[in-house]
Amino acid sequence: MENSLLLNVEEKLKLTFGEGFLSAEQHYDYPVFIVKSEIICDVIRFLYNDEDLAFQYLTTLAGLHYPKNKGMELGVMYQLHNLIKNSRIRIKVFFSIHNPSLPSITPVFSAANWMERETFDFYGINFNGHPNLKRILNMEDMKYHPMLKEYPLEDGTREDKDDKMFGR
Amino acid sequence: MSTIIKSKVDIVPAPQGIEGPGFFATRIDKVVGMARANSLWPLPFATSCCGIEFMATMASNYDLGRFGSERLSFSPRQADLLMVMGTISKKMGPILRQVYEQMAEPKWVLSMGACASSGGIFDTYSVLQGIDRIIPVDIYIPGCPPRPEQVLDGIMQIQKLVESESLRRRDSQEYKDLLAKYGME
Repeated sequence: MENSLLLNVEEKLKLTFGEGFLSAEQHYDYPVFIVKSEIICDVIRFLYNDEDLAFQYLTTLAGLHYPKNKGMELGVMYQLHNLIKNSRIRIKVFFSIHNPSLPSITPVFSAANWMERETFDFYGINFNGHPNLKRILNMEDMKYHPMLKEYPLEDGTREDKDDKMFGR
Repeated sequence: MSTIIKSKVDIVPAPQGIEGPGFFATRIDKVVGMARANSLWPLPFATSCCGIEFMATMASNYDLGRFGSERLSFSPRQADLLMVMGTISKKMGPILRQVYEQMAEPKWVLSMGACASSGGIFDTYSVLQGIDRIIPVDIYIPGCPPRPEQVLDGIMQIQKLVESESLRRRDSQEYKDLLAKYGME
């Protein structure tokens, strides 16, 4: 049953977007589709408006960082839900860390407004067309994007932590 | 038959002084200290789990009201004791500082729990590693969260501090130096 959802969506996306559609896989219970980052807003809009698919609920949106994938280090993951059929899919887009920008999906989902701000705050990903792209959870004057893998989790100002005891 | 049962309720004993018909003479700092200590109005700056534990302390089983803290104030202008309970993130720091600066003298600060005292288990980029980085603290209560008995013990220590402090602590050089260290006048 899950497989039919995968095949259904894959077929429709291939038909509409051709080159822009990159891959489709079933990860456990979620079909995951990878598309090109430039067309993401059109893909989301298509999935929203399609009568049969009707993915009209954006569950979540998150940033990804895989430093080992040269050229495709940063990514964004969108999770969409169909309220009528109770089915979910995931869409991922990847792009280089040297040019971290892609279209914002706020024209389709207003909920993406704060989610994209959070992704910008933590990964430094620019969303073109976002109405108010600024930091949301961290201090406004923070100079770096903390969730990128090169930055440590710990606060650097403690003097009393002994590195030997923490396995570093 | 009826037996007279002595009341189990303790009230604060009167300070040493000379008593007579219609008057009681004692030292003013003893009276003021006693009044301040036994009517501390806390400002519960409750952010996380320690706030819930404080709610349990205020409730009837452990009852902080017995110690004079019956009237909680959420306005800093009307509070004596700032109780910081919970994780304070770096974004919350300036707000906490503003609340502390708005309190009128005399004021005391109680840091409850591991997160407020030192950042707790959250040694991360977003958590302030202890509120004593931004405001002066009088008493720290360790624990994660501390049991209500520990909170009451912390309040009792604050009471001891308050009783024995000088009346115009704000004018003393030591206090002014302390505030200067934090960048406040």
